[in-house]
Amino acid sequence: MADHAHAETLALRVQFDTAEQQKDASTLGMWIFLITEIMFFGGMFAAYTVYRTWYPTVFAVASTSLNAPIGAANTCILLFSSFTMVMAVRAGQLGQQRMIVFFLVLTLLFGFAFLGVKAVEWKEKFDEHHIPGQAEFHLEGLPATQQATAQLFFSLYFAMTGLHAAHMVIGAGILIFLIVHARKGRYSADYYTPVDVAGLYWHFVDIIWIFLFPLLYLIDRHLGK
Amino acid sequence: MSATPKSVAPARPEATDYLTVETSIRSWLLPTDHKRIGLLFLCATTAMLVLGGLLAMTMRLELLTPESDLVDPLTYDRLFTLHGVIMVWLFMIPAIPSGFGNFFVPLMLGAREIAFPRLNLASFWIYVLGGAIVLGGLVAGGADTGWTFYPPYSTSSSPTAVVPILIGVFVLGISSTITGLNFIVTVHALRVRGLTWLRMPLFVWSIYATSIILVLATPVLAMALALIAIDAAFGFGIFDPALGGDPILYQHLFWFYSHPAVYIMVLPAMGVISELISTYSRKPVFGYHFVAFSSLAIAVLGFLVWGHHLFVSGQSLYAGLVFSFLSYFVAIPSAIKVFNWTATLYKGSITYHTPMLYAFGFIGLFTIGGLTGLFLAALGIDVHVTDTYFVVAHFHYIMVGGTIMAYLGGMHYWWPKMTGRMYPEGWARLSALVIFLGFNLTFFPQFILGYLGMPRRYHAYPEEFQVLNVLSTAGASVLAAGYLMPMIYFIWSLRYGKIAPANPWGATGLEWKTASPPPLHNFDETPVVTHEAYDYTTVMGEEIEVG
Amino acid sequence: MTGNGHTHIDSTKTYLFVLLALLAATIITTAVAYVDLGPFSTVVALTIACVKMLLVALFFMHIRHSTKLTRLVVVGGMLWLMILLTLTMTDFLTRGILGVPGK
Repeated sequence: MADHAHAETLALRVQFDTAEQQKDASTLGMWIFLITEIMFFGGMFAAYTVYRTWYPTVFAVASTSLNAPIGAANTCILLFSSFTMVMAVRAGQLGQQRMIVFFLVLTLLFGFAFLGVKAVEWKEKFDEHHIPGQAEFHLEGLPATQQATAQLFFSLYFAMTGLHAAHMVIGAGILIFLIVHARKGRYSADYYTPVDVAGLYWHFVDIIWIFLFPLLYLIDRHLGK
Repeated sequence: MSATPKSVAPARPEATDYLTVETSIRSWLLPTDHKRIGLLFLCATTAMLVLGGLLAMTMRLELLTPESDLVDPLTYDRLFTLHGVIMVWLFMIPAIPSGFGNFFVPLMLGAREIAFPRLNLASFWIYVLGGAIVLGGLVAGGADTGWTFYPPYSTSSSPTAVVPILIGVFVLGISSTITGLNFIVTVHALRVRGLTWLRMPLFVWSIYATSIILVLATPVLAMALALIAIDAAFGFGIFDPALGGDPILYQHLFWFYSHPAVYIMVLPAMGVISELISTYSRKPVFGYHFVAFSSLAIAVLGFLVWGHHLFVSGQSLYAGLVFSFLSYFVAIPSAIKVFNWTATLYKGSITYHTPMLYAFGFIGLFTIGGLTGLFLAALGIDVHVTDTYFVVAHFHYIMVGGTIMAYLGGMHYWWPKMTGRMYPEGWARLSALVIFLGFNLTFFPQFILGYLGMPRRYHAYPEEFQVLNVLSTAGASVLAAGYLMPMIYFIWSLRYGKIAPANPWGATGLEWKTASPPPLHNFDETPVVTHEAYDYTTVMGEEIEVG
Repeated sequence: MTGNGHTHIDSTKTYLFVLLALLAATIITTAVAYVDLGPFSTVVALTIACVKMLLVALFFMHIRHSTKLTRLVVVGGMLWLMILLTLTMTDFLTRGILGVPGK
């Protein structure tokens, strides 16, 4: 039976037999990509685990130099963005094209808000001379002998939040792409896979932050300064 | 030799196939056809093999004499670094999976195309970009850190262009991760009707297991290299002992990838061998289930042993004991494969076509390489032979004696299917013999050299090691000659080789049930599978007479 | 469009409840950080983070309705991260404990 004769559409490309098969394949593909991301961030989580285990007090003091309420607020912003993202996917499932655009735009705005707060936090670190590898590095509350080790915390802080922010920026780019296409009516209840898999990516980046927040901001806060 | 008059090129049949359906440059630069992408990878990786080989030849020439005379020390360090980087990431990792895997996995599954064709195309061009960056780094002076890039040398003291090479390797990692992702989804989603998991060719099982390693391990390498690059660029000092950092942390992250990476390099080769042993014994692979599951076992166990590369690094003795213990287990599934291949031969109808010669070579040489791996897994022995030529010989027995034999065997086996032409059997057998002899002459002396204490990565050595070094270099010359021969006759065959039928070897597998070369979407009619793998009762081969 | 149950469409109310739970958990984890729980501070913080992760994964990422293969992939990823962390820590937690010089 010559079955490569079906015309290729967005929802049914030539290598697939049914639209459902294609959607399942795309979803599986995105999940596999996400576990590559788990392992990518995992390398830094390993470095964090090693150094925090070796230098618990230094890490605790360094952690208190971060603003926990701001971090918590930023976490909430990201959680809101995950809510609006899943609502965009839901709109896709229901074929509500204008709601898809609406929720995607909201998600993007929350994402920008998060990045804005992050930028402010980083600027604060610059002003307080908490940048590792620089001669002026100095962390209050630690003796001179432990100043060098405190740089390890901040190396991890910048590397991990920086990588996370880079993923947010890529996510923002993906959202813009989706918004442009959604406004052209490209997505419907029969084909909203790009919104769905982009949602998976966005939620994953949120989950990374769900771990970064306590690991970086909330180390032994009860010890005070 | 062939009876066809050499002056007349045999005419190709009329029907269009994937090669002739479109011949514009654009269709070759931007194909979404997995077969064309596979060919592009095969061409690119072969070119990289040649480049890596030239670097090796230069090193072997230097090592003819005990003193440093051909190249200065820094240049020698750059040679072995680039040899390693190019061979590992530009040849060994991509060649069989992205080359033969891309071409044949969809065919073997009865599929029309791979799951994500445009992603596949992206993976090729990302490979090219990564390769270009690495080669650019080579031109800019290369790196002298060894392919392992250990800090603190790589982050602070090295006078060379380490960061560009790191970026190039990072980019190459993205290419191979994408390939792995594509294969996993393809195997899950696009198996044709009747093709259950336990009816798939063992080559597909091995590519699937390889893909699992690709997606889980490569990202950790990416992070290890990224941290080194950040350290080198911004001076953060993540691995700096002066700050309380630990260079061994880098080694853990690097080898978490690089040990499974050696299974990326050997599992696809083992998959090829399963196909070859079966076809040229005309018998199903003995213990199919064991061979299939042993691929998965190798993939999983391979992740638990990386610390055996850190035995003398400063890693705790306790961790060394744990990793040494675990390292013995990973040999078991490999041994299971060797036993099953051997049992497949028993009472088989064996023919000695060139691919079979390479398969025999693989089994013998991989066994030697694998057994010497067990010596290295023993903590006590490793302390004495680590960083000597013993280790160099061990991994070359597996990578060259193993993987490259399988690569060449697969090239000959699938050449008719890919090109529609037969290669000249007589010349091919001769070159297989030359390669086998050249290989052993190159690398067996290195086991002895290492055991006697000659360190690796040294351009100068005590005089008493010269004889063995000369033997090794002589072997390398023979090996080089052996490699040259297929390059010549394969190209010759494209115009003058006998026209290949759909199934010249009488092999099973869906790739042989379509024309040589296959049509654009692989099958004129979607096949339905009704029998087990390697079922020779239903295959009628149109065998070519051996010239 | 049918099959595999992944067309089950959750209600807005469900998503709102999950969001509220996530926000509450965030406030709780921040507040608890200022309470002296000794070594259990880390355990509590990670536990709350895991609960938040599960909420996002199960509801927002639809793992509740996903195929077994998807769940296997997710569990596999987490397992591999654990392999990386634990086997690495077998080195860093045991430096010098066997009393052998230099090890």
